[in-house]
Amino acid sequence: MSSIVDKGKQIVEEILEVYPKKAKKDRTKHFEIADEELVNCGTCSIKSNMKSRPGVMTARGCAYAGSKGVVWGPIKDMVHISHGPIGCGQYSWGTRRNYANGILGIDNFTAMQITSNFQEKDIVFGGDKKLEVICREIKEMFPLAKGISVQSECPVGLIGDDIGAVAKKMTEELGIPVIPVRCEGFRGVSQSLGHHIANDAIRDFLMGRRELKECGPYDVSIIGDYNIGGDAWASRILLEEMGLRVIAQWSGDGTINELGIAHKSKLNLIHCHRSMNYMCTTMEQEYGIPWMEYNFFGPTKTMESLRAIAARFDETIQEKCEQVIAQYMPQMEAVIRKYRPRLEGKKVMLLIGGLRARHTIGAYEDLGMEIVATGYEFAHKDDYEKTFPDVKEGTILYDDPTAYELEELAQRLNIDLMGAGVKEKYVYHKMGIPFRQMHSWDYSGPYHGFDGFKIFARDMDMTINSPVWSLLPSRQTAEVPV
Amino acid sequence: MSERPNIVDHNQLFRQDKYVRQREEKRAFEAPCSPEEVTDTLEYTKTKEYKDKNFARTAVVVNPAKACQPLGAVMAALGFEKTLPFIHGSQGCTAYFRSHLARHFKEPVPAVSTSMTEDAAVFGGMRNLIDGIENCIALYQPEMIAVCTTCMAEVIGDDLSAFLANARQEGVLPEDMPVPFANTPSFSGSHITGYDAMLRSVLETLYNKSGRTAQPGHELKLNVLLGFDGYTGNFAEMRRMLGMFGATYTILGDHSSNFDSGATGEYSYYYGGTPLEDVPKAADAAGTLAIQQYSLRKTLGYMKQTWGQQVSSISTPLGIRATDRLLEEISRLSGREIPEALKQERARIVDAMMDSHAYLHGKRVAMAGDPDMLIGLIGFCLELGMEPVHIVCSNGDRKFEKEAELLLKSSPYGAEATVHSGQDLWHMRSLLFQDPVDLAIGSSHLKFAAKEAEIPLLRVGFPIFDRHHLHRYPIIGYQGALNLLTQFVNTILDVMEEQAPDHSFDLVR
Repeated sequence: MSSIVDKGKQIVEEILEVYPKKAKKDRTKHFEIADEELVNCGTCSIKSNMKSRPGVMTARGCAYAGSKGVVWGPIKDMVHISHGPIGCGQYSWGTRRNYANGILGIDNFTAMQITSNFQEKDIVFGGDKKLEVICREIKEMFPLAKGISVQSECPVGLIGDDIGAVAKKMTEELGIPVIPVRCEGFRGVSQSLGHHIANDAIRDFLMGRRELKECGPYDVSIIGDYNIGGDAWASRILLEEMGLRVIAQWSGDGTINELGIAHKSKLNLIHCHRSMNYMCTTMEQEYGIPWMEYNFFGPTKTMESLRAIAARFDETIQEKCEQVIAQYMPQMEAVIRKYRPRLEGKKVMLLIGGLRARHTIGAYEDLGMEIVATGYEFAHKDDYEKTFPDVKEGTILYDDPTAYELEELAQRLNIDLMGAGVKEKYVYHKMGIPFRQMHSWDYSGPYHGFDGFKIFARDMDMTINSPVWSLLPSRQTAEVPV
Repeated sequence: MSERPNIVDHNQLFRQDKYVRQREEKRAFEAPCSPEEVTDTLEYTKTKEYKDKNFARTAVVVNPAKACQPLGAVMAALGFEKTLPFIHGSQGCTAYFRSHLARHFKEPVPAVSTSMTEDAAVFGGMRNLIDGIENCIALYQPEMIAVCTTCMAEVIGDDLSAFLANARQEGVLPEDMPVPFANTPSFSGSHITGYDAMLRSVLETLYNKSGRTAQPGHELKLNVLLGFDGYTGNFAEMRRMLGMFGATYTILGDHSSNFDSGATGEYSYYYGGTPLEDVPKAADAAGTLAIQQYSLRKTLGYMKQTWGQQVSSISTPLGIRATDRLLEEISRLSGREIPEALKQERARIVDAMMDSHAYLHGKRVAMAGDPDMLIGLIGFCLELGMEPVHIVCSNGDRKFEKEAELLLKSSPYGAEATVHSGQDLWHMRSLLFQDPVDLAIGSSHLKFAAKEAEIPLLRVGFPIFDRHHLHRYPIIGYQGALNLLTQFVNTILDVMEEQAPDHSFDLVR
């Protein structure tokens, strides 16, 4: 075993020392150091998708966050009711930057907070009657809404409301789909179960329900892209330029119709495997639609993915694919020529929710940066198995790490950049560690595709090389890059 | 070759032809509404007919301007030294509170959860609470743990008092560690009542633990409470004013240092707050001054009843007259004269208001926010000759309505105003279309309605997610009045210049 692996193990061991016995035993299982064997074969023993320890600062959210916040919320022509008390809808209102075209409140309802605002009496007497009234009022207030989803918050499940029955009744009465989603926050251990529950509801109520008039040989769907900062648009453009026809976006800037026609695709392309793999496997089982994962972060992975996608089609597409790559390559080279010298050798640590803890590794490497530690808030075993082949020996992988663990690791690994969420961001500012918010691209983006990589590179440079960091007392001697 | 990469981000990128084409072509798969339908519906939603329907709805709430109780409880907990907010319930809530506060203050927000899941829903969350206490003490070494609940714990009826007793019995929770707790379900009240509930519990817990008996008036010190205050700058301003009086005081619940700490290269979980030992001593104070009322009802009630405190409470002191009242109250409670320097300051700010009044006079205003903030804003607008027209308070009650209406009646500039408590920002949207105004004042959430109504939004209140550092500048006191005035008048001047034809693009304003 190499010394770098040993060193990583020792660091982790030291950090976990502070925990009480039970918590320490549990947390130990959520770390693994990539060694040669793991990188080559990708198997791992890291524990994931298990309950967080109480009393620690986990970065995780809940099933509601996974369903309404991630999967359903971006579907733009539906009204999504945050069904229950006020808080959940308020905190998830417009914060994920799921861009969508349309007029807010008229034919686009993404950045809105529509809630049943449960009061004590609703807890005591149940909220089903109120939900009926809400659905009717939504039809009145938002006549162009193509459907309604009911996103359950904790109390709804606990008091035993039958939102399924209400939804059925209102679907008939209003003539638009009203879809119950039982994504109460206490279900499961993280957002992840919320994704699954959301997917199940899409399967049961929307998938395969619409017709596509003319099908073509090059029809594909984008699955698991939430159009954060316009990511899905920057991805779609490449697919279209290589001659494919994207018939559906699930779910960023998506519509009910797109959810209903995706089963007509010749190939499903999935970006966020964690949040929507259930849909791809379901469409494969029910309609025989093949699917593949792709990664549009950074030119290397984007090129690889474009070619892999093209390889599933004929020579026309493959030729066009090469043309697209050739067309963008000079721009990518210019970006790398400019930024790589400024970023070479910089050490990066990541904690992100779903795909990005592994998907962005290639983009950092394109800029000469090195991932020294990475992991997920709510990944499953398969995510880690896919991650190991993408990291280097000695990289520390963690599952559901606590704020304390990350802070200790960041300091001991002497990192140059931390990429995590808004809850973590300002901690690292205090520590003087450059930080990028990698959930919502720190209000920048898109980061997907060739157009996105330019912004990614610029953002990483401005973050790491800002002269602001040199103002800290401990860094005053640091050289200010120009 | 020094070719410069052309980097455009989301603001510009998607205006490029290729993306405009993409947008158009995507419609083939969207089964969208026709452009005519969209235009017609948009116009319809601006009509009186729509407004009437909007105001007739009884169940659905659209874009409310309020958050839930535990968010306020977390803020209250962070007002005390080395205190860890501990939220009993499912863990997603805690992630939301931490994000929400971090987005407003641009600061870290330490808080832990008991991470209750399905099994806790069935068996109760006692084990989670006890294990959670053991873990958080080991990791974060708090001197006080402030426990509040989420909906989940409240619906299943977890008994915090009993659970905490068991935690002490098991030896997990040290005998001498204070653990105030508050029941803060999201399905009653709002962030301001949650703030109140936690603050009250902290005062009561620390007071009871001390074994002291209140001797109100025994000390010359004042107690000062700022309530659910999103402005860290207000704390500094309050200290400055009290310092000018030469008054001694204790701020009960000072979250300003936790939400405005420095970057030194090291991170600490705790950056100050009211020292725990100051709380029981506060029971002996000469008097208590609160600059919010609606967010401190239970707390002030407790201080009156149990401590026998002489309590004076006013709403957020914005503008000259409200600051006059604040200083009079400080003077009365402390027995000290209003310092000359503050009188001079008043004169300078009044002068500034005179200089700028012409651009503000007669401006019709819509506003939304928390009750105390709205009372302050109404007062400030009235004294500038601005006319409050639509006042929406999602977490206001009958008492607030009456107080606001009384205040509005005191000035001819309030004649057109209507107060809508319990309503939301979708109601506000209808109001803005049916009875247009010149300006909106409120939190970032009001930006959607303001944009549609094509009026500038003056960001005041909580949360402010989309502008930086406003919360670092005080809005209370004379100095705060100057800050608000500066923000208001210069926003109006910016808008004027954007709209000015070349001949009216004046150099001097």
